[in-house]
Amino acid sequence: MNLVERFKAGLARSKEGFLRHLDLLFSGGELNDDFYEALEEALILGDVGVEASLKLVEQLRLEVSRRKIRERNQAKEILMQEITAMLNGAEEPVKPDGEPLVILLIGVNGSGKTTTAAKLAYRYRREGNEVLLVAGDTFRAAAIEQLQIWAERAGVALIRQQPGSDPSAVFYDALNAARARQVDVVIGDTAGRLHTKVNLMEELKKINRVIGRVQPGAPHRVLLVIDATTGHNGIAQAARFNEAVPVTGLVLTKLDGTARGGIVVGMQDTLKVPVCYVGVGEKLEDLLPFEAADFARALLA
Amino acid sequence: MFANLAEKLQNTLRKLRGKGKLSEKDVDLALREIRLALLEADVNFKVVKEFVEEIRERAVGEEVRQSLTPGQQVVKIVHEELTALMGREQSKINLAGSPAVIMLAGLQGSGKTTTAVKLAVELSHGGRKPLLAAADTYRPGAAEQLQVLGDSAGLPCYRNDGASPVQICREAVRFAAREGYDPVILDTAGRLHLDAAMMDELKEIKAQLKPAELLLVVDAMTGQDAVNVASSFHEALGLTGVILTKLDGDTRGGAALSVRAVTGCPIKFAGVGEKLDALEPFHPERMASRILGMGDLLTLIEKAEAGFDQQKARKLEQKLRRQEFTLDDFREQLQQIQQIGSMEEILAMLPAAQLPKELRRLQVDEKQFQRIEAVIASMTPAERNNPAIINSSRRRRIARGSGTTVQDVNRLLTQFSQMQRLFKQMGSLEKKGFKNIGKGKRGFPFF
Repeated sequence: MNLVERFKAGLARSKEGFLRHLDLLFSGGELNDDFYEALEEALILGDVGVEASLKLVEQLRLEVSRRKIRERNQAKEILMQEITAMLNGAEEPVKPDGEPLVILLIGVNGSGKTTTAAKLAYRYRREGNEVLLVAGDTFRAAAIEQLQIWAERAGVALIRQQPGSDPSAVFYDALNAARARQVDVVIGDTAGRLHTKVNLMEELKKINRVIGRVQPGAPHRVLLVIDATTGHNGIAQAARFNEAVPVTGLVLTKLDGTARGGIVVGMQDTLKVPVCYVGVGEKLEDLLPFEAADFARALLA
Repeated sequence: MFANLAEKLQNTLRKLRGKGKLSEKDVDLALREIRLALLEADVNFKVVKEFVEEIRERAVGEEVRQSLTPGQQVVKIVHEELTALMGREQSKINLAGSPAVIMLAGLQGSGKTTTAVKLAVELSHGGRKPLLAAADTYRPGAAEQLQVLGDSAGLPCYRNDGASPVQICREAVRFAAREGYDPVILDTAGRLHLDAAMMDELKEIKAQLKPAELLLVVDAMTGQDAVNVASSFHEALGLTGVILTKLDGDTRGGAALSVRAVTGCPIKFAGVGEKLDALEPFHPERMASRILGMGDLLTLIEKAEAGFDQQKARKLEQKLRRQEFTLDDFREQLQQIQQIGSMEEILAMLPAAQLPKELRRLQVDEKQFQRIEAVIASMTPAERNNPAIINSSRRRRIARGSGTTVQDVNRLLTQFSQMQRLFKQMGSLEKKGFKNIGKGKRGFPFF
């Protein structure tokens, strides 16, 4: 199975119930209130979020009346375009000249930051880059060992310190090492933190400041890692993390389950940053670029 | 972030006051609000649908019609029904067998490893001698994580990294029986409910070890998918209960309701923090309040009582009455509040609807407390008793001594004098007959 097929298989599974619902919905009949209400519910069921769902359906109503559409399947095409439009907007990380590209992964506990760091490192390495991983999670027991094992598997170097040390200090050392070794990409793992913990969010701000001090302009990419099973709390996560450190993109993990990951629609609407990658499995190669149009099409196919 | 249900419903139904009775349309309107609020709390859509139908029957009934405040009456009904759905009573853990086996299962990242150790800590406080078994052989560093966490809590962890998960579990139980450990807590690898091979492994462990408890560990932030996950795990394994994790965030936790509704299994514990003792028995009624955004006053009161010294409280009350409240007393108050929990924990337990807007979004820096304590500690006893003598040279000295700035010292002194004025006003009000002001039922001046 190649990557695209695997992605599709993952998406197909993750949308099974949701799609069946929508397929039935779009298969015929007139465009009445029942239809819109059912559509709203279907989107909510896909974790798209109440606010974003209401907004999408409202837009659809306007478009339908503006274009004088009467068929349900035509309405589906419009909704697909709406979702694509909401998710569009590519993050183009500009690789700095003669300096490493610095990527920081942030998110709540258990969202999949460490695994994503390894997958991303592998991805950059395969593209021919010299990659350096940073074990910035000094809090969780054995998080450093976990990343160490991943780094070995991915064949990239890792900068680490003792458990419990100041993560900012780890990044300080790592960035200096990265410049000395002239690596192309630095990928930093951080400890999982709930966005409501003020001290931990302050720690994240400090990490960001220290990185910027060693290398002005860095970090170039700040990726918020979100578990596809997440519900409405994703919106609060997006807002709060973005307040602490401006987020440049999202990574949607664990899309190989039955979760639809629809919350990225609402998060994207809050943050106005793109979804950059999706995680679809436990292997190093199971991180794929996110395609807004494909996602929307698959969501409503 | 989300307006809470109680507030919304009251607004919707306030318009109906003065009407003789609620019409069908009025009820529909209220039910729509309930439906959206529950969906926003991530309660599964199908669960919401059934639930709202049940509410409808009661909402058109006599108790609402005859009520002068139909909004509150409906909220009360919703709360009651939610609590009923969540299983009225607290459910205890089953420790039958020697040793008793407790098996944890769940998706990746739901928090099994941390929960295993928290559960062991909880049971060891109850006089048990638990053994942790590292049966997650898939995630790199998982066994190491369990052992490190176990070590930090002084709890043993059984490891055999080369062996299969089933074998590790079997060995751990045999080891526990021989060495007198009871219960054994099996930490299994996170897995997708779709992964047939991995689910078979859990079935095998269950068949061989016959656990007294097979608990599903669920992230409280889970959305609509909670139903799929819980029902798949339940069908495959026959769960005995659920542990809800990461409830210390600001999630409403509607997943709790979904999981409970589809499996019928009780939620036994809730994870409420990063520390290893942050596992609490699950209270269905309090969770119902949380889902509705009505706060968790019961837990707060319980914690306040636990962390509060009645005698000190009486002494303080007398001081307040005589207007002798000093900076020393202030410091003591701060320390007592901190014993209850972090400010964000306390705020999370308060009913959002009754808080001023600014307070709802308030983020408290715990270090602020430490700073205030440091400032007070750097004062001389004379200064603490009579802050009026603190001139600018003293302020500079205090700032230096406490590692803060003169501005910090000034801010504290201003706040303190405001507080004293407030207490004075309360004192004079009381003389005029407002007996209850400043004299909270539990002698807790700040609440």
